[in-house]
Amino acid sequence: MSYFTQNSLLSFLGYPVSLQTFLPLSAPSLHFTMDWQGQKLAEQIMQIMLLVFAVTAFVAGYVLGSFQMMVLVYAGGVTLTGLITIPNWPFFNRHPLNWLDPSEAEKHPKPQVTVSSKKKGFKK
Amino acid sequence: MCVIASLSDNLNIPSPSAEIQIMNINWFQKQPKGSDEVSLTMNISADLQSLFTWNTKQVFIFVAAEYETRKNSLNQVSLWDAIIPAKERAKFWIRSSNKYRFVDHGKNLRGKEFNLTLHWHVMPKTGKMFADKIVMSGYSLPEEYI
Repeated sequence: MSYFTQNSLLSFLGYPVSLQTFLPLSAPSLHFTMDWQGQKLAEQIMQIMLLVFAVTAFVAGYVLGSFQMMVLVYAGGVTLTGLITIPNWPFFNRHPLNWLDPSEAEKHPKPQVTVSSKKKGFKK
Repeated sequence: MCVIASLSDNLNIPSPSAEIQIMNINWFQKQPKGSDEVSLTMNISADLQSLFTWNTKQVFIFVAAEYETRKNSLNQVSLWDAIIPAKERAKFWIRSSNKYRFVDHGKNLRGKEFNLTLHWHVMPKTGKMFADKIVMSGYSLPEEYI
């Protein structure tokens, strides 16, 4: 996959990609993300869906007397679960975090960490 | 899911049946090394369809001759085996000479009474393997070498 195609694919899936090789730095980039609540929801949906599909698959296989049917139903279930929980769908981003604007951050400098003489082996 | 599938095999109560007839003792000799050896032709018929479940990959069966000697309380010699891949093939009738040599450790086979047991191993697609057998007794070898 070419770098450009890979970039396009990643940005489509919601990963922030660097386009600096191809576009000037001022170009806008799309960010699809999941917020913390969304991640928790995705996890819950995944657990429940996989459990439901496992039970359904077993019942289907047992009733039909077909091991293959059980495997196929479960494989379908895993795929469906993946389609719902892996991509950064908008409903996973309903409580987004509002990060501080860079210009606003400059107005409030970070507090300095005072190095006490008792500390030893301080890195920087 | 695989565990539950395997556990569901315990719900199956098999009712297999089998019968083995010895059609002919082809030859019965003492080998140069001093051990007795016999070749026989068997008629094996069995209905093992009830062993199969939805979780069965195949059933391995073998026929063993079992007898007692002065040295060993149990000698087992495997004479024939087969793999049954599907339920439809589990009801069968076959006439065959022994696939594997019926040899003794010694010269104990003359006039020996022995059992023929049909063992089966139900091999699952996933999980626990079940094994059992049917013992058929009342067979014996000739008193003298043929």
